[in-house]
Amino acid sequence: MDGPGAEGARLPPARAGSRLCVRCGERKAALKRPKTLEQICRECFYIVFEDEIHQTIVENSLFKAGERVAIGASGGKDSTVLAHVLSELNCHHNYGLDLFLLSVDEGITGYRDDSLETVKRNEIQYGLPLKIASYKDLYGWTMDNIVKAIGLKNNCTFCGVFRRQALDRGAALLKADKIVTGHSADDIAETVLLNILRGDIARLSRCTFITTGEDGPIPRCKPFKYTYEKEIVIYPVYEISYIFISFFTTPTLFKIENGLIWLYHDPGIYSPNAYRGFAREFIKDLERMRPRAILDIIKSGENFRISTTRRMPEQGTCERCGYISSQKLCKACVLLDGLNRGLPKLGIGRTKAGAGAESDGKQRTKRSERNTSSLQGKHGNFDF
Amino acid sequence: MAAAASACGGAGCRPQCSASAGGEGDAPAESMGRLSISAAAATCGKCDGGGAAVAVAGGVGMCADCFRAHLFGKFKLAVTSNAMVRPTDAVLLAFSGGPASRVALQFIHEMQSKAIQSWETSNSQALPAFRLGVAFVDESVLSVRPGHEIDMAIEDIKSILSSLSPGDKQLHVAPLEDVISSGSDDKAARLKELVGVINDETGRDDFIRCLRMLSLQKIALENGYTKIMLGTCASGIACHVLSATVKGQGYALPADVQYVDTRWEVPVVLPLHDCLAQELNLLCELYSLKTQQLLNRPCSGINGLVASFVSRLREENPSREHTILRTAQKLKPFSFNKFSANGYHDFLPSRLRPKFQNIDANESTFSEILCLICGSPFSESELQNLENTKHKAQKKIDLYTAHCCQSCHFQILPAATDMHGHFFSLLPKFWTEKVDTASASHSSVRDQIADYLLDEDDEN
Repeated sequence: MDGPGAEGARLPPARAGSRLCVRCGERKAALKRPKTLEQICRECFYIVFEDEIHQTIVENSLFKAGERVAIGASGGKDSTVLAHVLSELNCHHNYGLDLFLLSVDEGITGYRDDSLETVKRNEIQYGLPLKIASYKDLYGWTMDNIVKAIGLKNNCTFCGVFRRQALDRGAALLKADKIVTGHSADDIAETVLLNILRGDIARLSRCTFITTGEDGPIPRCKPFKYTYEKEIVIYPVYEISYIFISFFTTPTLFKIENGLIWLYHDPGIYSPNAYRGFAREFIKDLERMRPRAILDIIKSGENFRISTTRRMPEQGTCERCGYISSQKLCKACVLLDGLNRGLPKLGIGRTKAGAGAESDGKQRTKRSERNTSSLQGKHGNFDF
Repeated sequence: MAAAASACGGAGCRPQCSASAGGEGDAPAESMGRLSISAAAATCGKCDGGGAAVAVAGGVGMCADCFRAHLFGKFKLAVTSNAMVRPTDAVLLAFSGGPASRVALQFIHEMQSKAIQSWETSNSQALPAFRLGVAFVDESVLSVRPGHEIDMAIEDIKSILSSLSPGDKQLHVAPLEDVISSGSDDKAARLKELVGVINDETGRDDFIRCLRMLSLQKIALENGYTKIMLGTCASGIACHVLSATVKGQGYALPADVQYVDTRWEVPVVLPLHDCLAQELNLLCELYSLKTQQLLNRPCSGINGLVASFVSRLREENPSREHTILRTAQKLKPFSFNKFSANGYHDFLPSRLRPKFQNIDANESTFSEILCLICGSPFSESELQNLENTKHKAQKKIDLYTAHCCQSCHFQILPAATDMHGHFFSLLPKFWTEKVDTASASHSSVRDQIADYLLDEDDEN
């Protein structure tokens, strides 16, 4: 059993005389489930995979009948599989949901085009309507224009901050009741670890919630909370075709082998904080050693004894747009303000804290910048 | 735990360190990472004295003496502000031979000799000095190391102790197999069998750690010690924070990261809680405190993976271990993480007493249910499971199983349930007896009517 995790991601050809599926006991086992290392057949894999997500949805009562649900679709594997599974489950189990795909177009020539193509293909394939929220519509600026204004340095700040809000703003525009995202168990485990590494107790207490922002108008939920990334990769091998594209801040190298797409993350380019890359690698190593470690990390995250009396940083709302913010104005509004006033450097780095920001805003701004890559589901409170 | 001392001082950062410390001139600097001995830096940032300065993680250069005073200050603060040692106490120091326990021995010896001195000079008017003993758990039964190496190490420890005066320090060497309940049969073989039953590498590692703690408890109880002092340092705790998280022990985690842990019969204190393993290594290097690298117990499985992950994080940011520790300290500790017995603070200096006065009387006895093996407090779901089993448990084995936390259940208990009986029969009685007494009231009723009950398994 060397490297069970790595083995598990490959679909071994069914050999004559090989073992039977442990679940149905009839068909030949076709793969080792990454989550449990059980040898099961292809049919059973699809059944358990979808069943577990259904159980997660039912047990946590993620949806109510008649809700309008936006699926955050990037064109990557997670969101593509999420769209597929949700539309299947919606039909099978009569959730009665009005599903649609919501994509964000940053307006970068040549970057989103391919992934948006994928999403468009998904639209046709699953019969889910696709809505595209572009930076142009939401903020009045495309990333290309922003780059023209600010140059090649620091533009990640804009894109990151704007993207965080784009889904919420887009969903609000399209009158969605809920947003679902394709965050997998691996992602959540990684966030738990990162929050421990950076001492962020407030986020540590929130990051394992399956639904965030329930007090806001558009809660976000993660139906893949207990779903392993490796299984998400296995799932579409025969079912769906998709193009592999990830955010440009997180360049993903991939190769296609044995009908599977293999991923590499280069921790060096992945993030300015190298420890995020370390954490990701660490989780992969752990999974290889003990597959259930990912679920155990999530369990730890849920069970941490975080004192309710401990003072948490307050979460206010932005005076201008109503988005969640610790300052008077949210980061996006500060940046937008700078752009519109022709001072694009406003709100970046250690320079002036920016109009409307509090005097101690500098440090907080810096901190929030560092955390922009966090998984934390933020919700909107829009008043459009 | 007892092993944590070695996990950081010994194995935690060892794979890289011991490899690079090959006896060359620049080896110490290399092995210390950012903590380097640089003769070039002219003066000490604290005392302005000359001599080789030591760059501490914060960036301030310090001379060797100031560095030592800095660490001793941290140690002393931990001891006094948590009321770790009373004048009437008998302290048993768990000595693994690594840098952490070596420094702990040095520092606690200094505190003791100061107390002895003031007792003598003040003509017995001052507070009496505490008693100090040293325990060494001999694990040769589980290692492949030749016996004479262990003997040599023990000789070394004896010579270290004899060089520390005033104050007699008794050395207790206990073989690990002593924890196995006494009987006529071969304890070593039983211990080997018990450890062999555990399939998971990480589980085996953690299990030996629990046995080590049991062994220390046994030494302390038999020799009248009232405190056990461990050399667990900040780096070791940081590793533990991550590995406990990875093993799903998030609920129980805060119990292990505090200064004081009274859930054991003899309370355990961690005075090196705030010192990094690198700092302790460096101190041993600077003051040529003899350490026993031979006795390193490298951690394996997940614990080893976590240790290498932490050492990688440390390279990227030297203060990362402190950050991890801070996160863990923001979690709510358990009621057994402080001393609260009546009259406990009588000997404290009066200015410290108010700190401990406001203890809720209700909390003085803790109600948490602890895992039979590792002593982790039970989370809600584990409690629920235990309650359910208590009602329908037919056999003692089921009750034992329910008294193990989910993590031990997975990584220590044998996978096949029919092996459980065998496993629990091998376990030290000390552990299973606790469950027996806890369920005594329940089972005694059952015993009275046992003759009249038909066994479910009995098909005849």
